[in-house]
Amino acid sequence: MSPDAPDAESRAPLSREDVVYVARLARLDLSDEEVERFTAQLRTVLDHAADVAALDLSHLAPSSHPIVLENVLRPDEPRPSLDRDEVLAGAPAVEDHRFRVPRIVGEAP
Amino acid sequence: MSSAVSVSDDVRSGRRPARAVAEQALAAVGAGDGELRAFLTVLADEALRQADEVDATVAAGRDPGPLAGVPVALKDNLCTRGVATSCGSRILEGWRPPYDATVVTALRGAGAVTLGKTNMDEFAMGSSTENSAFGPTRNPRDRGKVPGGSSGGSAAAVAAGFTPLALGSDTGGSIRQPAALCGVVGMKPTYGRISRYGLVAFASSLDQIGPFATTVEDAALLFDVLAGHDPLDSTSLPSEPEPTRPGVHEGAEGVRVGLCRDLVDDCAPDVVARVHDAAEALAKAGAKVQEISVPEFRYGLSAYYLIAPAEASSNLARYDGVRYGLRVEAGDSAAMNTATRTAGFGSEVKRRIMLGTYALSAGYYDAYYAQAQRVRTLVMQAFDRAYASVDVLLGATAPTTAFDLGSKVDDPMAMYMNDVCTIPSNLAGHPAISVPFGTGDDGLPVGVQVLAPALGEATMFRVAQAVEAHAPVGPTEEAGW
Repeated sequence: MSPDAPDAESRAPLSREDVVYVARLARLDLSDEEVERFTAQLRTVLDHAADVAALDLSHLAPSSHPIVLENVLRPDEPRPSLDRDEVLAGAPAVEDHRFRVPRIVGEAP
Repeated sequence: MSSAVSVSDDVRSGRRPARAVAEQALAAVGAGDGELRAFLTVLADEALRQADEVDATVAAGRDPGPLAGVPVALKDNLCTRGVATSCGSRILEGWRPPYDATVVTALRGAGAVTLGKTNMDEFAMGSSTENSAFGPTRNPRDRGKVPGGSSGGSAAAVAAGFTPLALGSDTGGSIRQPAALCGVVGMKPTYGRISRYGLVAFASSLDQIGPFATTVEDAALLFDVLAGHDPLDSTSLPSEPEPTRPGVHEGAEGVRVGLCRDLVDDCAPDVVARVHDAAEALAKAGAKVQEISVPEFRYGLSAYYLIAPAEASSNLARYDGVRYGLRVEAGDSAAMNTATRTAGFGSEVKRRIMLGTYALSAGYYDAYYAQAQRVRTLVMQAFDRAYASVDVLLGATAPTTAFDLGSKVDDPMAMYMNDVCTIPSNLAGHPAISVPFGTGDDGLPVGVQVLAPALGEATMFRVAQAVEAHAPVGPTEEAGW
């Protein structure tokens, strides 16, 4: 994953290590069997995408949306928000009207 | 058979109580859905209560609205306050949203009766509804076949005659492809024309909500109820929509139709034949049909399968076991996030999250994601060139008729190929509709697709209705609603 990676067509095919790395970024834990299977399947999809990666489209601007997005503003007026208890009712764990989560940082040494 | 138009007319005029309509729909679901599994949740009590309210409004001499007493089924990625909304995923199993999607509010305001929530590929990722965590939906035309997807439950519910109308969402063809495979009408509107507020996000720059129906006029009726600006969706178009239903029957005379080779040639021969039949029928109806080529469409599939997973990998980051749905406890927060997502997501969702994460990662962003966005520009410009010489494009909706359950689940690329004809309209944000037109060699429905430029819904519906009017008598007429 070097920042000066070569063009997609000449780069090495997706590796097992790439899949393990990407799964960790996405907070997914894969079994060895899944790593094998997903590597082969994702490689097929990326091979298909080589047609697109090989095009010279440097003259075109990328489009993130089909329409031109403009900033949308509304009057800054108070209005009711979602009901707090109704929102919290959907959470797996709640304490004192707040979402309860496990420890986020390690205990102090 | 009763269309939504005739149900609404009958209920508004007092000829038929909404309660009787709701009871008929619920009885049909009760009798037939055990085998089909189109529904994840049936809202029997709520449907009857809504129907009674409609009848009370009629009895009081007031108009309940254009969908008075008409049953509508909702794809399970549309938020319904207090009613389970799972997106076909374990990770949201049992979650009850604290608010209604804008389309749900609009349906209630128009007098519709919400019948239940329909099955779907998990988070709308799939083309067969086999990726639902709650089991597949079967095709009502042939129970050994898939209904298409991802809105397979909504398509099947309409095709089976459970309901005259349903809503789905279409990110790369998820309304039109199942409509084609089930032999019903399915339509994706212009991006921003129908509010996405309360639609659980998959790929936000591509997602649109749209109608399923048994007739083009019914689809236009439902579209008209839902189209319009919504301040709760920042991508909602500010312009006031023109009603489309009044012009649906104006015919195709004089309309310039481009028979698009790139949306036909690679399809199965029986599908190709039906599209050519439809083009001929339009020509006889007075349309000016010409062949046209838009070779840039061939790059749409690759671009889509980089853009949609990239957006999904970001949108689905919110399922972390904190605010809603499943939590699997495991040590600290990061371990809990990972355990929750690993247990809660199915294989296809994991595949797309990883593909998107990869396409967005350092060193690959420009080669894959940014390049795909340039292809999006290329496809949009190609559409513009085509629409300089024609008013609508005509093509196939799906490359084949419905395929066997289980036949493509282990081959993602083969499954993705189902979307090859529908993806260009999503990339460009344009409207498109699938209309049943005869059958393939296997006797299963074939869908013909009519594509139009942004906000071209009125012309698109007119041409689609002309296609429908000349279709060989097909399975839709036998649905018997």
